[in-house]
This record gives sequence, C-alpha cells and structure tokens, in this order.
Amino acid sequence: MSDMSIESITEQYLDVLAELGNIGAGNATTALASLLQAKVDMKVPQVKLLEFKDVGAIVGGEEQEMVGAYLGVEGDITGSILFLVKKDVAMHLVTKMMMGYASGEFGEMEQSAFKEISNIITGAYLNALSTMTNMCIYPTVPDLAIDMAGAILSVPAIQFGIYGDNVLLIQSQISDDIEIDGFFIMVPDVESYEKILKALGLIQ
Amino acid sequence: MVVKVGMADLNVCASPDSIITMGLGSCIGVILWDPVSKVCGMVHIMLPDSTAISQNTNRAKFADTGIEELLEKVLLSGATRSRLVAKIAGGAQMFSVNTNSPTLRIGERNAEATKAKLKELNIKLVAEDTGDKYGRTVEFFPATGEYHIRAIGREGKII
Repeated sequence: MSDMSIESITEQYLDVLAELGNIGAGNATTALASLLQAKVDMKVPQVKLLEFKDVGAIVGGEEQEMVGAYLGVEGDITGSILFLVKKDVAMHLVTKMMMGYASGEFGEMEQSAFKEISNIITGAYLNALSTMTNMCIYPTVPDLAIDMAGAILSVPAIQFGIYGDNVLLIQSQISDDIEIDGFFIMVPDVESYEKILKALGLIQ
Repeated sequence: MVVKVGMADLNVCASPDSIITMGLGSCIGVILWDPVSKVCGMVHIMLPDSTAISQNTNRAKFADTGIEELLEKVLLSGATRSRLVAKIAGGAQMFSVNTNSPTLRIGERNAEATKAKLKELNIKLVAEDTGDKYGRTVEFFPATGEYHIRAIGREGKII
C-alpha cells in the first residue's frame, strides 16, 4: 500500500479503534479493580485524531508533569505503546496498589509498581486487539519516563510523523475515588499497520 | 511578546520579543540568529531526513527541509546570511526499550542531521545542549542571544 498516511485512513478505522478502546478499557477496568481491590468505573473512551500542535493541550499542556510507560509490541505485529497519566494520578494508583506503603516519591518500588499497572492496562488493550484481529500480540517490559508531557509524547508523535501529521490517541477515564484520565497511544510499525487493517477486513 | 513554536512548526521573531517551544523530547529546537539585526527564527524538527519518507509535505517536520525553510524566513525578516549563527537543544532519548526500532535513537539522529545540515549551509553552530534523557523547554532571546533551557528537577541553563 503506497499511501499509508493516517489522514487517508477512514472513519471506519476510527470506529474500530473506538471499539478497541471500549473493550480494552473494559478489560483494564476489571483488572485494575482486582489489583487495587476497589470499585472502579470507567467512562466510554474517546478516540482522537490530533494535529501535532494540539497534542500537548489535550493532556493539560506540554509542560504538565506526567508518567509515561513505554512498551514494545511483539508477535504477529510489531510497534510500540505508550500509556500516559498525570504524575499525581500515577502516584495515587501506586499508593493504592502498595496499600499505603508508597513513599510519595517515585522511587524504585513506586516505579516498579507503576510498571505493573502499565503492564495490566496495556495488556488489556492488546488482548482486545488480539481477539479482534486473531493475532498473537504481546508487550515487552516497560520503561518509564517521568517528565514533561510534550517530551514524552514526542516519542509516539515522531513515530506517527513517519505516516503523516496527526497523532491517534485513546483517552480513557477510569475512576475509583478520584478520576483517572489515562492516555493510550499505540503505534504499529508500517508493515504491521497494513496487517492490522487486513485482519480487520478494512483493506484487501 | 513571546512567540510560540509547536511541534513540526517554525516561526521568526526579533528583539525585544522571545521565541519558545515547550516540552522538547527527542525533537530539536534549532535557532538561527543574526546578532546584528537581532532577528532570529526557530524550527521544532521531529525527524532527520525528509527524503526517507513519502509524507514530507510539512517542511518544518524534518531537519533538512526545516532548516532550509527557516533560513528563507529569517532572511525575509531582515537577517543577513553571512552573520547567521545557530544554537540547538533537545534530541533526548526519552525511553530505552529493548526493541530493534530505530525510532528510539531518533534524538541522536536528529542532532546529527541538524549539524550536518548547518554545516552544509555553512552556518556556524555556536552552542548546543542535546542528548541525555530528559525533556526541555527552550526559549531564545534575540536581543542577547541567550538560549534558556528549563527541565523538571534540574537547574536551568543558558547556552
């Protein structure tokens, strides 16, 4: 396929992603509830196709301090995933998971706990994609960055930059006692994009 | 006034204004500055090479075409070609994941491509703060030539 720009991808594909977001967020909510041993609710996730210049604003500004977990994707398709939440929200999740034993700083234990949470959430999305496409997909060990939103987002933005001038992200809101605004960005490698579209029956 | 430059974007400004781009990660904020007319421009490039990619209509996205376009813009704004100098910042590696993806080394490649392009255009690189693994907000003041760099949990620096 010669024209692989994101702009050329149809509404239909966005619908598929929205559905993927729904199932994924559903899976993630269940997994989080059992991990945190708390009642967890979620809103219908939104799929957004954003221009580069608007990416910072959607997460609360380019300088917003956030925690991003970056994972590679392997199996029948390859690519990468970024799971991104605000730093205070990440700390809240970690504190819950560590049952009050978190130090309030992002030390080694807290980072490790957040990696586990990221594994669960990204795993939930990848399972949804795996089921929809009938492909074997699994994540690699995550790496964390605690930094400005713009800097963290530059990584998937650059990967999208190879295809076009937009970034596709799934925004999901999960709440337990506070609202958790999480951003989820998946960037398949060029060959894998085509494989996904084929598996979903969107291209021949 | 502070002129804002977004991702894959460029703009020009002159003293006493300043020009800023926030949250640079693996991208690079390239400044071209004429110290006499005090005119400058900034381009926020994302990728090293426009010729390697078919979707290359946005010239500001790439080191090669972005710097060329910026050069045209600053000259139109009254800068003199022979006096231009460059300062660059950014090009961090935000994550180190064990995959074969070449995009993870992109910060380093962006810095290399930027320097190669400046050399080709015969513009002297007078200051640089690139690499490492943290985000930067960068602001340039054409009145003084100071390039201010801020990062979370670090001392600010001026190059």
